[in-house]
Amino acid sequence: MQTMRTPLKNVRRLGSAKEGADHFWKQRVSAVALLVLGTVVVALIVSLVGADHATAKRTLANPLVSLVLMLLIGAGVIHMRLGMQVIIEDYIRGEGSKIVLLMLNTFFAIAVGVACTLAVLKLSFGA
Amino acid sequence: MAEATQRRAAAARPLSPHLQIYSPKINMVMSIVHRITGAALYVGTLLLAWWLIAAATGPAYYAFVSQIMGHPIGLAILAGYTWALIHHALGGVRHFVWDLGYGFNLFTVDAMCWLSLLASLVGTAGIWYLVLGARGII
Repeated sequence: MQTMRTPLKNVRRLGSAKEGADHFWKQRVSAVALLVLGTVVVALIVSLVGADHATAKRTLANPLVSLVLMLLIGAGVIHMRLGMQVIIEDYIRGEGSKIVLLMLNTFFAIAVGVACTLAVLKLSFGA
Repeated sequence: MAEATQRRAAAARPLSPHLQIYSPKINMVMSIVHRITGAALYVGTLLLAWWLIAAATGPAYYAFVSQIMGHPIGLAILAGYTWALIHHALGGVRHFVWDLGYGFNLFTVDAMCWLSLLASLVGTAGIWYLVLGARGII
């Protein structure tokens, strides 16, 4: 049976999309990062429940906390952009609307990422 | 061209069966819920952004946002967010096990699915026990 198969059956080099396992791998790497970072940030948020603004600001301005938050935001927007990309590619059939939605997906991920990062930086360095 | 499209549509070829034809099994339900929770978390990121922006804006706006998130409806949404996050994270762990080539026999698949569902509910309850305790509700 094996010998009946032609070499065309196999994916060659990076495959038809020319990116190989890039998407798959980035999804996994960001997922591993998010398991660790997410646990820390959930604990952080629970510890700040009911806290007043001064306490929250002081905690969030701590360099270690800011670092973890920015890493979470970075890994999070990469992961969620890849995930939503798959959902769009699975369910949107029109080529035009698919491309538009994929662009909006990227814009949304970057906008959320930059907005969160800006807020964290302002908490760290702002007045 | 238009005619060709019409002819294609008229030739009612059989479609492959979709979700509604199968009786639900725990592994497929968990797979579907994994995607739904992922999509929900995508939108939920806005809540994290809103909270960080509120903290960066100032005491008055932070108090305003805290009040909205502390309203029963806000708390319910945040509890759902917590469950979606834990469910999706544990689903991810399950997928890591499969990615590594383990856990493919049917008993293990079902057991991992039920266990992660149970753990997501227990984890959410545990976190909200702390949250509601800190707010003085319980």
